[in-house]
Amino acid sequence: MTALPPPPAKKLGLVIDLDTCVGCHACVTACKGWNDQGYGVPLSDQNAYGSEPSGTFLNRVHGYEVVSGGGPAEIVNFPRSCLHCDNAPCVTVCPTGASYKRAEDGIVLVNEDACIGCGLCAWACPYGARELDAQAGVMKKCTLCVDRIYNDTLPEEDRVPACVRTCPTGARHFGDLADPESAVSRLVAERDGYDLMPELGTAPVNKYLQPRPKGAAEARPLAPLLDVRATGLAGWLDRLLERL
Amino acid sequence: MGLQEPRIETSPRVSDEVRKTTCYMCACRCGIDVHLKSGRVVYIDGNRDHPVNRGVLCAKGASGIMQVTSPARLRAPLRRVGPRGSGAFEEITWDEALEIAVDWLKPLRETAPERLAFFTGRDQSQSFTSLWAQSFGTPNYAAHGGFCSVNMAAAGIYTMGGAFWEFGAPDWERTKLFVLFGVAEDHDSNPIKIGIGKLKARGARVIGVNPIRTGYNAVADDWYGITPGTDGLLILSLVHEILKAGKVDLDYLARWTNAPCLVGEDGLLLRDAEGRLLVIDRATGAPAPFDAGGVRPDLGASWQGCRTVFRHLAERYLSEDYAPEAVASRTGISASRIKGLAAEIAAAFDAPVVLPRPWTDFRGERHETMVGRPVSFHAMRGISAHSNGFQTARALHLLQILLGAVETPGSFRFKPPYPKPFDAHPTPHCDCVPGKPLGGPHLGFPRGPEDLALKADGSPARIDKAFSWENPLSVHGLMHMVIPNAHAGDPYRIDTLMLYMANMAWNSSMNTAAVMEMLTDRDEKGEYRIPRIIYSDAYASEMVAYADLVLPDTTYLERHDCISLLDRPICEPDAAADAIRWPVVAPDREVRGFQSVLVDLANRLGLPGFVDEEGRAKYQDYADYMVHHERRLGVGPLMGWRGDGSETGRGAPNPDQIDRYVANGGFCVEHVPEEAAFFKPWNAAYQDWAVNLGFYDKPLPYLFSLWVEPLQRFRLAAEGHGTRQPPAHLRDRLRQAMDPLPVWYEPFGEVAGEDYPVHALTQRPMAMYHSWGSQNVWLRQIHGENPLYVPTNIWEEQGFEEGDWARVTSPSGEIVVPVAHMAALNDGTVWTWNAIGKRKGAWALDPAAPEATKGFLLNHLICELMPERGDGLRWSNSDPVTGQAAWFDLRVRIERAAPRAASEPGLEPLASPVPPAPRHRPWRESP
Repeated sequence: MTALPPPPAKKLGLVIDLDTCVGCHACVTACKGWNDQGYGVPLSDQNAYGSEPSGTFLNRVHGYEVVSGGGPAEIVNFPRSCLHCDNAPCVTVCPTGASYKRAEDGIVLVNEDACIGCGLCAWACPYGARELDAQAGVMKKCTLCVDRIYNDTLPEEDRVPACVRTCPTGARHFGDLADPESAVSRLVAERDGYDLMPELGTAPVNKYLQPRPKGAAEARPLAPLLDVRATGLAGWLDRLLERL
Repeated sequence: MGLQEPRIETSPRVSDEVRKTTCYMCACRCGIDVHLKSGRVVYIDGNRDHPVNRGVLCAKGASGIMQVTSPARLRAPLRRVGPRGSGAFEEITWDEALEIAVDWLKPLRETAPERLAFFTGRDQSQSFTSLWAQSFGTPNYAAHGGFCSVNMAAAGIYTMGGAFWEFGAPDWERTKLFVLFGVAEDHDSNPIKIGIGKLKARGARVIGVNPIRTGYNAVADDWYGITPGTDGLLILSLVHEILKAGKVDLDYLARWTNAPCLVGEDGLLLRDAEGRLLVIDRATGAPAPFDAGGVRPDLGASWQGCRTVFRHLAERYLSEDYAPEAVASRTGISASRIKGLAAEIAAAFDAPVVLPRPWTDFRGERHETMVGRPVSFHAMRGISAHSNGFQTARALHLLQILLGAVETPGSFRFKPPYPKPFDAHPTPHCDCVPGKPLGGPHLGFPRGPEDLALKADGSPARIDKAFSWENPLSVHGLMHMVIPNAHAGDPYRIDTLMLYMANMAWNSSMNTAAVMEMLTDRDEKGEYRIPRIIYSDAYASEMVAYADLVLPDTTYLERHDCISLLDRPICEPDAAADAIRWPVVAPDREVRGFQSVLVDLANRLGLPGFVDEEGRAKYQDYADYMVHHERRLGVGPLMGWRGDGSETGRGAPNPDQIDRYVANGGFCVEHVPEEAAFFKPWNAAYQDWAVNLGFYDKPLPYLFSLWVEPLQRFRLAAEGHGTRQPPAHLRDRLRQAMDPLPVWYEPFGEVAGEDYPVHALTQRPMAMYHSWGSQNVWLRQIHGENPLYVPTNIWEEQGFEEGDWARVTSPSGEIVVPVAHMAALNDGTVWTWNAIGKRKGAWALDPAAPEATKGFLLNHLICELMPERGDGLRWSNSDPVTGQAAWFDLRVRIERAAPRAASEPGLEPLASPVPPAPRHRPWRESP
């Protein structure tokens, strides 16, 4: 079994705004593209052009219908990837030490050289955030683009995870959630950001922002200028054009 | 285990080189950074400096690497060796291919140029392909706008000299209320997503009006699940409400629109002897030309029995016919909800945005501020692809204009080179003479019956019957009618059909199975009814199998292209912009960019404009054309770095131009000066800027056309006036459809009647563009299947369960398909994703791929013709004004069917022109 480090001073993670995510999957393929050539082995695809194609993705978007009383049904688009938990069960379950949480910034990573592909971590993760690569036989997961965020060959503004850089609606935010003054922490405070399944005690670093309430706005009903049927068009026109 | 962390490389080099070009994974045309290692593409992301996408990229764009390595890429020119449709081909050399093409085309040009029909699909070089067709001399050219969103373009340009789509945008920084009608989730895709993100970030309100609550509608703050085809009625009811409450911008209407113009007895606007529109000046009470200095037009005037446009429209829309109570049941939106929406719009109207930015209008009046109404709208396919779509789009523009919410701060803004009024566009040309070029462009904006494309005997001059009485303002042509008309010999037979990037044997045709039969049908002599088909595509699409000669195109990273201001540009409201593609990698196959092939063919055919008087080629290839072609003196396909490299817009051709584009990241931007940024149609500073850049040659201020005179001219003809007269069977329809004020009528699809009670729609996923996506390993894992989504009431009524199948029947066809439940849906509507279903054998997919088994096309249910009326006439399933394909008029019935392994109709597999795809990716064995 693998030990977790002491609580890191820096907790890098994502804040995902479900009020803004349109479900376009841009983050899904940006992640695939970067990580196919980045940290570790490529993200392979089986039956690439056949029936039941299945590839390794570190980030997927699901759509859920929410049917509540009263109002019409709503759709929530829900991006899902590793939450870089403080109490990461995928780390403590790892028999080889391949799964680990970085002391420096809290990122949960897999050391592929030490991974035996046993799949215990995927079983332990309650979020379904890990995928065993079928071609390489090692476990793959979100690295928070550890090979981008510190990458001094990239311009500074590009040192963010690929999913954040690409998100067209700006629904994904990256930063230090241990720093209460960081932009992501302030966003979480303003919008009541929440943990996924907090009852499990995993203490995820990533936060989600709830969709805002939907429905009709409080707008004052329009009052007619006057009773058009009583005054006729001419009366209406006179009243209207008085204002010019 | 202990805490020993492995050392990892956190600063790997991504690439040896980044090459910046333009994406082609959809029509959005974002800037991309293509990362190369040892000459191979390893990664693609968005170009941060690019005006369209500002660094972001959608799911398609980031998957481009899988398109460039697709196993479906064609490898060499192909000549058909088996029966058409069998997919039996032999690979030939380019010399052979070009000789065959010349052998077919040369005699046509010399004897009967109209026997070549050249139509293009997702073509982004229409100003070039149209020039080629014009030089060839055939009247039969158009791109795919007729089956896409021509209603939107035509209604916008006739009404206000610009349109939604990529021709304008909400003022994302200032708008307080944004209302989307029926938006497909693709066109202008990243700009709209970026914009919605901005609205969300500052708490502006978003409202969706759409039968389906996915995508943008899912994040909208409120949703109106309207009945398809009734948007126009809802909009005119909103017009009724805001008129009744007086929430209209009178000053805006008086100054900038034809609302104060006087309507004569014949329904045309009064003009002075010089042809200038007349208004009544409030100062004098006398008629004056609209553009005279100091004139203050009177909206309420009546003069010598003629009333203003404003009085006409008020009378029509104040009628109780448009009251919310009167339209509620038809639209599926309750009266109180309609009133609520009108009230929200009015609340935004009552909170004007004032910018302290002085400007001067075309009458010479100086304004100290720019004042606008912060309410904006956007719409696309959903309202456009109905037989009442033109007038529905017109209604939406009427609403915008009444609110003073076009080209003002906080509202909807044009992107250069728009605004440009319809009468600054050309008229259509169809004057076909053997061996000669056409007298002008094929497509244009008719002003009246005199501009129709008719032969001397009154029959349509074009194979698609564009610009005929059946659809007089078909400004993008009717590509969906080309094959059926050519097959029927109505209005005449053709010899060669040349198509580019248009999957007409599959998802781009209505009535797909029948179209395949038309393509393979033979006449009494055993010859194909459409004798020759030339097709260019980069991939093994379904259409390839139906070609006699296949000219393989490159992928988008292997080619030159220009995203030109002469074409569909990529500008932003605050900037003119254009861009290029250039070969960031070299093709590894015997393929050539189709535009360069057209240049080669033009040279071999000696087409005027492409060769000089001695017959010498003016351009070697498309890149050469991009740099050296001049449409007007000093104005070419690309605006940047002209002349000595310092000139923008106008200037002599510069041989270094492409290098300059490459050095600048693949694009050029020229910003609109601040004082010119709003009120563009009337803003003297904007008009001067536009002339300097070469959009037009003199300032063109104009009034928005609430009353569209060209429509009235056709209506007059339908009433018997004038020398050019419509056939009797079209008079009533023209009288109704060519209303000079926006009108709503039942979509023609309603003739299906009670046996077909359900509306059926398609949507295009944000992660897939047309049929291209399914060959893309990453994208097909996101959208590999397309069930028919069924609303709760129908789901329960039919007793559907998960995994069930349904038989879906329309007046013209039947399919059996998988269903899925969806609650967030109008309860009279079913829908599916567009173009996911594939023919077995196409796109290098395994025949067992879900796209080819469970995937399906709704197209089988949509006939290109209306049900027969017993009059012997072929009535097309199109908008009667523009010829827009009425895809979304479809009515069906749906019933539970026994489960099965594959969707129906199942069609025979095609023989693939490319080798089978590798099974796994990466192709190499695992390390």
